[in-house]
Amino acid sequence: MSYERRPGPLQATRAAVAILWCLTLAAVALTESNPVMLGAVTVTVMASGILAGVGRQLANSLRFAIPLCLTIALINALVTRNGLTVIWRFGDLPLVGQTNVTLEATVYGAVLGLRAAVLLLIGTLYSVAVDPDEVLRLFRNLSFSSALSATIATRMVPVLMRDSRRLADAQRCRAGRPPSRTQLMRATTAGVLDRALDVAATLEVRGYGAARQRARGRLHHHHDPWSRHDLGFLASALAMLALAIGVQLAGWAPFVAYPLLRAPAGASTLGAALLLVVFALTPFADRRGVMR
Amino acid sequence: MTLVEISGLTYSYPAAERAALADLNLTIESGEFVVLAGLSGSGKSTLLRAISGLVPHFHGGSIAGSVCVGGLDTRAHGPGELAAVVGSLFQDPETQIVLGTPRSELGFGPENRGWTDPVVARAVEETALALAIETLLDRPVGELSGGELQRVALGATLSARPAVVCLDEPTSQLDPVAGDELIGLLRRLNEDSDMAVVLAEHRLERCLAAADRVLALEDGRLAFDGAPERFLEWALEFQPALVTPGARLLAGSGLPPVPGVKRARAALRSAGLNAGTAEQDVARPSLSSRRSPPDETLRFNGVWHELRDGPAILRGVDLRIARGERVALMGRNGAGKSTLLRHAAGLMQPTRGKVSAAGRVALLLQSPRDYLVHDSVRGEADAAALAAVGLGHLAERHPRDLSGGEQQRLALAAVLGDPRRLAADTVLCLDEPTRGMDRAVKEELIRLLNGLQTAVVVATHDPEFAASFASRVVLLADGRVIADAAASEVLSGGTYFATESARILDGAGGALLPEQAVALLRGNRVEAAV
Repeated sequence: MSYERRPGPLQATRAAVAILWCLTLAAVALTESNPVMLGAVTVTVMASGILAGVGRQLANSLRFAIPLCLTIALINALVTRNGLTVIWRFGDLPLVGQTNVTLEATVYGAVLGLRAAVLLLIGTLYSVAVDPDEVLRLFRNLSFSSALSATIATRMVPVLMRDSRRLADAQRCRAGRPPSRTQLMRATTAGVLDRALDVAATLEVRGYGAARQRARGRLHHHHDPWSRHDLGFLASALAMLALAIGVQLAGWAPFVAYPLLRAPAGASTLGAALLLVVFALTPFADRRGVMR
Repeated sequence: MTLVEISGLTYSYPAAERAALADLNLTIESGEFVVLAGLSGSGKSTLLRAISGLVPHFHGGSIAGSVCVGGLDTRAHGPGELAAVVGSLFQDPETQIVLGTPRSELGFGPENRGWTDPVVARAVEETALALAIETLLDRPVGELSGGELQRVALGATLSARPAVVCLDEPTSQLDPVAGDELIGLLRRLNEDSDMAVVLAEHRLERCLAAADRVLALEDGRLAFDGAPERFLEWALEFQPALVTPGARLLAGSGLPPVPGVKRARAALRSAGLNAGTAEQDVARPSLSSRRSPPDETLRFNGVWHELRDGPAILRGVDLRIARGERVALMGRNGAGKSTLLRHAAGLMQPTRGKVSAAGRVALLLQSPRDYLVHDSVRGEADAAALAAVGLGHLAERHPRDLSGGEQQRLALAAVLGDPRRLAADTVLCLDEPTRGMDRAVKEELIRLLNGLQTAVVVATHDPEFAASFASRVVLLADGRVIADAAASEVLSGGTYFATESARILDGAGGALLPEQAVALLRGNRVEAAV
């Protein structure tokens, strides 16, 4: 699940704008708790993936996102004792005591799970549609604090995927009982950090650090003209941002989980959700000059 | 002009018990081609990293003394600034490719130096032409083979035109053809410009002939500094593990050692030792078992592996492995060796044809660290398996604290399990097990493999290792078996897939190892005297 060069409006957008657009979607997902708004973000991300030609990769991500969402919802429903509307009584359980499942905890868990799933999908969309080479160059010009951070930001996903595949193959070759998932997870994480360090060392010896100093000294600049896609996605991000702020200030999409659930889906909420989808997807309509 | 000046350099990695470099004093002049020799852990890589500024800026640790590169003191200038003077190439090409296409990769260094776009574009084109990678420039790096990636990484190192280039075992993942090409290319670039080359290598036979000077390190100290001929004399006396096969051949014949096949042949000729007319074969095993193995344990029957929307990696491979047989799989990068082993172990399924094994097929993949996921050596394999690979005394250590050779033995124990329970029809497959190993560790591995009763199939780029270990060599090209015969036949006739001794004797008598070559020459001398 790594970046592939392919024609698409999002791919044709400069990295800085594409990142801003993805971050705006993530910000909306983080600030809006109303299920209708979160649902709109989910629809937006999946539709963006399809329109960017990376729908298959997003669908693969759903295989992780859906179990993640369900797990969070289940845990919150079982662990949280807030909420007044009891929908299931387990009675006294060993260790945890009296356990009642409430409608409020169940819905709030689902909201948390959906938010995590949406963030995962946005991360996938970023990984497969935004050119990591451009991101690396962008960080260089922005005086990003270290090559290691840049490496992790731009290369983490492909390195993680490749290493976990190799590790899984190696474990299939072992004699006897295979190691636990926790051990594998720890080994993969440690391996990724090692690899990220190696790549960061390469960045350093290629003069990445010196380039940051030059950027600070304003010695050398590239001025690429802004394309229609740059402008389109920038406008889209700003519109989404303004909408999210407006929704928060005007209270168009209220959501209260405890003690009693309140998540009205009135005209203002539905209108805001619809606007979000329209603002986000409009730049995808223009497919002129999508090949970079 | 002095490019690198190292004075009283002592360096220790963070939390290390002993210094990686100790009291080093040396200079490197512009235009010199320097080979760094030494056993694993002797400090070669650390020295290269000190020249590039990664030591101490990136790795931390404690440092005394000074390193000046192109007039820049590495204590005051980090690797980013030193990159204007030093280019660095490390062992693993995968971690040195930071961008998506070779064109971006080659342009990255010049861009970082603040060159203008037209100058960057020219540097990219010129470097690509010099390295013959101009056709690769716009391909996604994910599609490139290991050899191609290493050339791209070398191009990225050279495109910013450094005054000195440091290379840490750049040929360790390359096939013999690509490895020789890379050394030849470095020599040409070194001769065409004043660029100094500092090259750390384990396979010294590959690069000594190109070198002006050899530095040998032992435990972080400079043990030798001189010309390649003198180095070989020194190594014969003080560090036999660094002696090249050709030098062992000459020394065994009573001649002073010289680097390179051409000079070794001339030395033999001038001493009246010519094996070119030798009739006798040295230890040439029968091929009958290959054609119809009586106790076949692994069989590839017309195996194809065709990628969807891509090329065929294996093309109808027919191969039979007998119980207890020792087979080396050789061929260029991308020939299909690793894919074949993966099919044997069931990690891949043929798109056509069939793989059948009489027993278990254990596969040790290229990176032993991928097997090591526990907090202690004991957790990776049971006591009997650890004892069998000689690691019983390290059971409480963390696997990542082991040396490269020990990690490989541990991974072998994890793959094989309890050796007492190994069935006779087990097949052990190893993919590039000698990558980055010095000769002493290789010999240890050969001893370990020879102690096993199972059939062993090794994919390797190392003809010397193949000759020491295998009785049979299968040569793959473009997914097909193009040669399958006794090691003495396959490894003695060619230029690239041949041992240094065989190249010196031009394949005479099928002698592959220095000892066999010396025996052959002695036999000829006796015959001539009679």
